[in-house]
Amino acid sequence: MVPKKDVLLEIKELRIEGYSDEQWIEIVHGVDLTLHKGEVLGLIGESGAGKSTIGLAAMGFARDGCRISGGSIDFDGMELTTTPESDLRALRGSRIAYVAQSAAASFNPAHRIIDQHTEAPIQYRIQKRVEAQEDAMELYHRLRLPNPDEIGFRYPHQVSGGQLQRAMTAMAMACRPDLIIFDEPTTALDVTTQIEVLAAIRDIVDQFNTAAIYITHDLAVVAQMADTIKVLLKGNEVEEAPTEQMLDSPTEDYTKSLWAVRSFKRPQKQRPTGSDAVPIVSVKGVDAAYGKVKVLDDVSFDIFAGMTVAVVGESGSGKSTTARCITGLLPPTKGEIQFHGQALPPRYQDRSKDQLRQAQMIYQMADTALNPKIRISEIIGRPAQFYGGLHGAELKNRVDELLDLIELDPAKFYSRYPPELSGGQKQRVGIARALAAEPSFIICDEVTSALDQLVAEGILKLLDKLQQDLNLAYMFITHDLATVRSIADEVVVMQKGKVVEQGPKDEMFKPPHHPYTDLLLSSVPEMDPNWLTTLLEERGTDSIGEAASV
Amino acid sequence: MNSFVIGYYALLIGASCLAAYFKQRQIFLLIFSLTLVSFVTGIVGGVPALRFITIAAGLLALAAGVSYAFREFLIIITPEGVAKELRTAPLTAAFGMFVIFTYAIAGIFAPVIAPFGEAEVISSAFAPADENMLLGADQLGRDMFSRIIYGARNSVGLALTATGLAFILGAFAGLMAATKGGWFDQLMGRVADVIMSVPSLIFALLMLSIFGTSLVVIVIIVALIYSPRVFRLTRAVAGNVVVMDYIEAAKLRGEGNWYLIRKEILPNSTAPLVAEFGLEFCFVFLLIAGLSFLGLGIQPPTADWGSMVRENATLISFGELTPLIPAAAIALLTVAVNFVVDWMLFRSSGLKEV
Repeated sequence: MVPKKDVLLEIKELRIEGYSDEQWIEIVHGVDLTLHKGEVLGLIGESGAGKSTIGLAAMGFARDGCRISGGSIDFDGMELTTTPESDLRALRGSRIAYVAQSAAASFNPAHRIIDQHTEAPIQYRIQKRVEAQEDAMELYHRLRLPNPDEIGFRYPHQVSGGQLQRAMTAMAMACRPDLIIFDEPTTALDVTTQIEVLAAIRDIVDQFNTAAIYITHDLAVVAQMADTIKVLLKGNEVEEAPTEQMLDSPTEDYTKSLWAVRSFKRPQKQRPTGSDAVPIVSVKGVDAAYGKVKVLDDVSFDIFAGMTVAVVGESGSGKSTTARCITGLLPPTKGEIQFHGQALPPRYQDRSKDQLRQAQMIYQMADTALNPKIRISEIIGRPAQFYGGLHGAELKNRVDELLDLIELDPAKFYSRYPPELSGGQKQRVGIARALAAEPSFIICDEVTSALDQLVAEGILKLLDKLQQDLNLAYMFITHDLATVRSIADEVVVMQKGKVVEQGPKDEMFKPPHHPYTDLLLSSVPEMDPNWLTTLLEERGTDSIGEAASV
Repeated sequence: MNSFVIGYYALLIGASCLAAYFKQRQIFLLIFSLTLVSFVTGIVGGVPALRFITIAAGLLALAAGVSYAFREFLIIITPEGVAKELRTAPLTAAFGMFVIFTYAIAGIFAPVIAPFGEAEVISSAFAPADENMLLGADQLGRDMFSRIIYGARNSVGLALTATGLAFILGAFAGLMAATKGGWFDQLMGRVADVIMSVPSLIFALLMLSIFGTSLVVIVIIVALIYSPRVFRLTRAVAGNVVVMDYIEAAKLRGEGNWYLIRKEILPNSTAPLVAEFGLEFCFVFLLIAGLSFLGLGIQPPTADWGSMVRENATLISFGELTPLIPAAAIALLTVAVNFVVDWMLFRSSGLKEV
């Protein structure tokens, strides 16, 4: 047991209320938390579990519309719930720092990175400008940013997402705080970039013996980072245990269900053989460009009825652009898209209503894919009305049927608006909208990446069931290889606009791989807490920076 | 020191002590600073200054009371959904709504409310107020009060029609430009630039002297002058909506532009447009009043606030307040509309995510 004097942060019976529908509703119901100096605590749970709210409360901060209604937050002998705002401000940035999920959104695009970095030390009169800048470069060195002496003088949009996230970690370190709160720092990043950031965060936390609260919904990530893991559900603590113990023998059912999520797998289907087997969609030698920038180079693959083809690759590899070419939003500069062996007109405006109906799309962000001002019944009903010409009672029956199909209660959801739905429910409505057109082919663009693991698994199971019932073909765009493992029949690996490897799934997951496939595969975090260490040793620590640029 | 002054200070000090005792920080600061200010003004201006402060505070309290009561009244008579929104309205917005409501009643029932006709000569020119004429007579001996009531109908009605037309023109062009993009967008944008580059009053004067000063011409010209602003706003708002995935989904479904505009884009851009409507209404109103003042707007004998100010302007040199009454009517409406618009702007910015 660590002696009491080493306790840095002690939260007792923390209660937080949020204001909605003209009343205060408790969203965190009495959570205890103890953090020792130099310790990393992982907070995990699905969205709405109160992870971020608790993380912010550790700084004595409550978001707009929230208030800390009970309990105590003791930070190194200071009671944050009663400390006046001016003293709290002095604490934030200097002794407690915060690293947000999206570095791109958290940096001010109008100032150089290093000016934002040095703002806190100068403001708190810890360092003079020159000293602070030298210190910043020193931190950039330690975080292994490329060109550490020069990178700080760039603007945020001039560096990549992973580098920006590391620069933000460096910024949090600027005043050498006792505690850093990481709020999902790698969620928005690719697997290959994620590794750099994880390694950098872990190193720097070790070097300065900083305590940290690491908030995430990804178990495999938290397993690499945390000494202790606390699982939260709907504002309650489920359990807390040291990482190893938590991974090996979770006691609560909820934790076990979280652990089991990644086990969903369905049998792999084989391509139909014989000469009469025509693929539903066939991409043939497609080149595409945005203006003069070429983004697709000779992309070819086939998708057969009832099969799922996963297109994987990191961001910028051309996955979504391929989808835009297939849907006709971006006419290819070379090559063609064939549908049942017939070439499709390159522009969607030139396609017939039936051609448009056959290929539907499900989007990554259900928030922006559903019009917030239109009722669910109309969102789903419109395609049925538009293509099928259904009206009145027929239309209502069809919408009810579709709602049943996506496992939402028609009586409850028929006349609701999208903002009243949860993320998973919205995604289901997106699926129903695609199904309403009675398509034979659906493009799923990162449909699960914005969702919690449990919800994502539900969506994957639903898609699988629908495929079996309706013999749908899916093109599944994703960067998450766990998803590929569970749902794909065939895999297409893309890098920088080219297909580097393709084939049936079981072959793709077996060596030998193309080096890029290998990099992607090995970058997927595993539940083993030593995974990151082992991987970095294998790759050689110096290659972290190179890993992304292979 | 008379009893009024003693009572005045006693009330203020008592109230501030009570506020301090009940830890009402803001109220205390307000009342006590008023007390301190009163000491100074009392010494400089004497009893009349203190009386003025009392009357001003009383009027303010009265306005606040009316606004509060009016808001509660609206909450009770409207259905649940609207009532929920109304509860978030600040007192200023309630005051604005009350004023607009009053003007609307005055405009709609003008012939019933007004004691005399708008062109009826009933006494000598510039006759002072008596029990027959609430606000005295104008330069031709017509009843000022009746003309103000009729003016509400003419000036406000005209401004409302012109703003409405400007919105139909501008919003439609803006939505089409955002949806179609390309050359159509460029063309509409440049046309808007050309119209906006000419100073509005001069443009209006020019057009009115070419086409004459009939009501239809005024409405069309004013609408034309103000439609580019609406166009720009609509295009910008719709531009943000057009890039959303649900628009892409609708386009890929094969929906036409009209469906896109009507069903997908317009419902997502109404809030800023409604707020802009309120603002534009004020500008249009002031422009029409200005045109009338210059003699090119609504023609006599039709009562109109702008021309009423001009016709009675000579009275100012005699220290009479009469010409300021229609001006005050214009100002009050402008302020009231802006109060309501402020609230709507706040709502539309706050409710974006919900």
